[in-house]
Amino acid sequence: MIQNNSKITRRQFVKGIAVSSIVASNLINLSAQETNLLFDKNTVLTGDEFFLNIASTPVNITGTAAMATTVNGLISGPTLKFKEGQDVTIHVTNHLNEDTSIHWHGIILPEKMDGVPGISYDGIAPGETFTYKFRVVQSGTYWYHSHSGFQEQTGIYGAIVIEPKEEILEYDREYVITLSDWSDEKPSDIYRKLKLSADYYNFKQRTIGDFFEEVKEKGFFSAFNERKMWNEMAMTDRDLSDVTGYTYTFLMNGQNPATNFKAIFKNGEKIRLRVINSAAMTFFDVRIPGLKMKVVATDGNYIQPVEVDEFRIGVAESYDVIVEPQENTAYAIFAQSIDRSGYALGALTYDADVVADTPPMDPQPILSLTDMDMNMSNMEGMDHSRHDISTMEKPAIPITKLKEDRGVQTTMKAMDPQYRLNDPGVGLRNNGRKVLTYADLKSLRSTMHDRYPDREIILHLTGNMERYMWSINGIAYKDAKPLEFKYGERLRVTYINDTMMNHPMHLHGMWSDLETGDDNYLVRKHTIIVQPGSKISFRVNVDAKGSWAYHCHLLYHMTDMFRKVVVV
Amino acid sequence: MKKLLLSIVLVFGLATSVYAGGGGDILRVTVMVDNLEYQFNDEKTLSWDTYAYVGYDLNKVYIYSEGEKAKQASSAESENQLVYSRAILPYWDIQIGVGYDKTEEADYTWGVIGIQGLAPYFFETRAVVLIGEDRNIGLRFDAEYEALITQKLILTPSVALAAYTKDNLKMGIGSGISNLTLGARLRYEFKREFAPYIGLEWSKNLGTTNDYTALDEVYATVGFRFWF
Repeated sequence: MIQNNSKITRRQFVKGIAVSSIVASNLINLSAQETNLLFDKNTVLTGDEFFLNIASTPVNITGTAAMATTVNGLISGPTLKFKEGQDVTIHVTNHLNEDTSIHWHGIILPEKMDGVPGISYDGIAPGETFTYKFRVVQSGTYWYHSHSGFQEQTGIYGAIVIEPKEEILEYDREYVITLSDWSDEKPSDIYRKLKLSADYYNFKQRTIGDFFEEVKEKGFFSAFNERKMWNEMAMTDRDLSDVTGYTYTFLMNGQNPATNFKAIFKNGEKIRLRVINSAAMTFFDVRIPGLKMKVVATDGNYIQPVEVDEFRIGVAESYDVIVEPQENTAYAIFAQSIDRSGYALGALTYDADVVADTPPMDPQPILSLTDMDMNMSNMEGMDHSRHDISTMEKPAIPITKLKEDRGVQTTMKAMDPQYRLNDPGVGLRNNGRKVLTYADLKSLRSTMHDRYPDREIILHLTGNMERYMWSINGIAYKDAKPLEFKYGERLRVTYINDTMMNHPMHLHGMWSDLETGDDNYLVRKHTIIVQPGSKISFRVNVDAKGSWAYHCHLLYHMTDMFRKVVVV
Repeated sequence: MKKLLLSIVLVFGLATSVYAGGGGDILRVTVMVDNLEYQFNDEKTLSWDTYAYVGYDLNKVYIYSEGEKAKQASSAESENQLVYSRAILPYWDIQIGVGYDKTEEADYTWGVIGIQGLAPYFFETRAVVLIGEDRNIGLRFDAEYEALITQKLILTPSVALAAYTKDNLKMGIGSGISNLTLGARLRYEFKREFAPYIGLEWSKNLGTTNDYTALDEVYATVGFRFWF
């Protein structure tokens, strides 16, 4: 987990996927390297009182020296271990020369402790210490990160593990696995480049050759007609990630693919992996070739166990999986970025000196017309009926209409958006592996007696990729009135994604009870992926007074695809 | 012209004040040298086609400049514009401002109104109507397409067309369609910001313009494209 030393000289130059045979032959022992900062360097912190120091730290992650912003000098920051029911005190000291903040992602706590500058408090000024105090009322896997500027991109994030009063899962060992994306470029430069040229980082764009291959595959007219449709809309089917492995090095627990994070096991052990996507912009598709993963929790909450080969983890989501290796060998923990421009890599191994071969990346995903909410009937392996039927039988929920604005800031509108809970998403469909979908997620606890929603609101996720503008209902945060939730109500929120990107939507302060097909087992989440051209619904117990942030968790979308929620 | 300039700056200032302070809508400044090239034609021309802008998501001020300097010429000939550009449709901006053309012997000022954007089929397009001092009305249309051969090797066919309602001997333009230029440039992007290229261009003067200056020539070009 330690990645904070400016004196690293033996480090291989690693950039995204630019690793291959060097991986196994150049293992570097980072833990032996000295550090020059005075903070508590423990990678796991426990107790009732915690001290976090935010500072600029020289790092060398790619072979080039760069400055990071870190928590206690670490990337990822230290894992904070809480206990359910405990009162915790956390002192966060800002050693930067700009404001900072820490938000406890997914943690249910008082408004003033939520750590969002401008909404919860003023943020933490340079040289200041802010003390957070709250009672831990939940358990499971969560994380924390800066909510100021683009600091999350440069390293201010870490895991939170909350021990439940009574653990119902059986396992012998556990590891936290944070996935993230690092760039030597300044985040403000990345953002400026996206504003100047939204496809700046996309080096997997359509070429002339692709068209001829499609002609070979589908025949001229079919290929031509499909092209015609995209061309007339001036849209591209190759736009998976705004920021890619061109500038990103993907990290697992702060380690690049060459240094290779290692999780040690003994044969026959049950190992719990707490996987957290703490990236700024990157969705990962995670698998451990050779092992089935039993998914037991998401976003901190237990689900009915489901065995999969692979799962997609959106920015800010978490999944807990249990694996049971049956032989003494090394496995790769392989997390490809959604656009296949690189991967984060770790090893699950019986011996720290042995790592597995790195699996090849999957082919580049290509958006289909499904992702533009068109021509749904062509989708194989998807059952569309299930969800709609389950809600159709229920009484209608009154919809509160919200203001919408369609203009230069929006390029498209989903014409007939569908629930796509059974859809593993672009790049994962029919790949021969059992891939987790939201339809597989069922809460372990029954939600049969949860209240039926009192009212519903519809939020369109909107944007103009060409101009790199993002908004909700066509209105950017700076022009938007706060959303009003009524204290005590049970609210249903339906997202419609009018863009061609996945957006991980995160509501602060209250749980998002996701409808995944069975209302008796609504799954409790804090961050929900809304697939391109699709819709999805969740329910909220509006039980937290005050003002809360509500936004897309992609860092460069967040400033505008954002709302303040006021609970009155 | 000064008045016009002042009003552009004023409009821009007012428009931007609405957006300042918004988190995501950052002020950006960029300079794009789309073509800076040597043309292997009879006149051995050095040519450029550039723009720069400052602004926000929806409101920008652009400066455009394109022109050429023939080897034997005493000075360069150029067409320059300063416009306020405002987004009016998802893919289109409307632009209003002034134009200033310069030849070896004379110069000429225009009022300019135009549109710029991404047409269906990904054609980067700009079309402006120019209104001159002596009520000469001009139209200049440019479009180009980027065809990726690989992710870094990019072929850019382009078309440029100019037309006017009146003759202007001093400026070397005649009424009717005055010039049509078709080009294709093949660049290699070492980085997004820097690409050398080779190209082929066919430029033809028509009508009265061709009477003033006969031109019908195909030539190779070599140059750089860069931006920052």
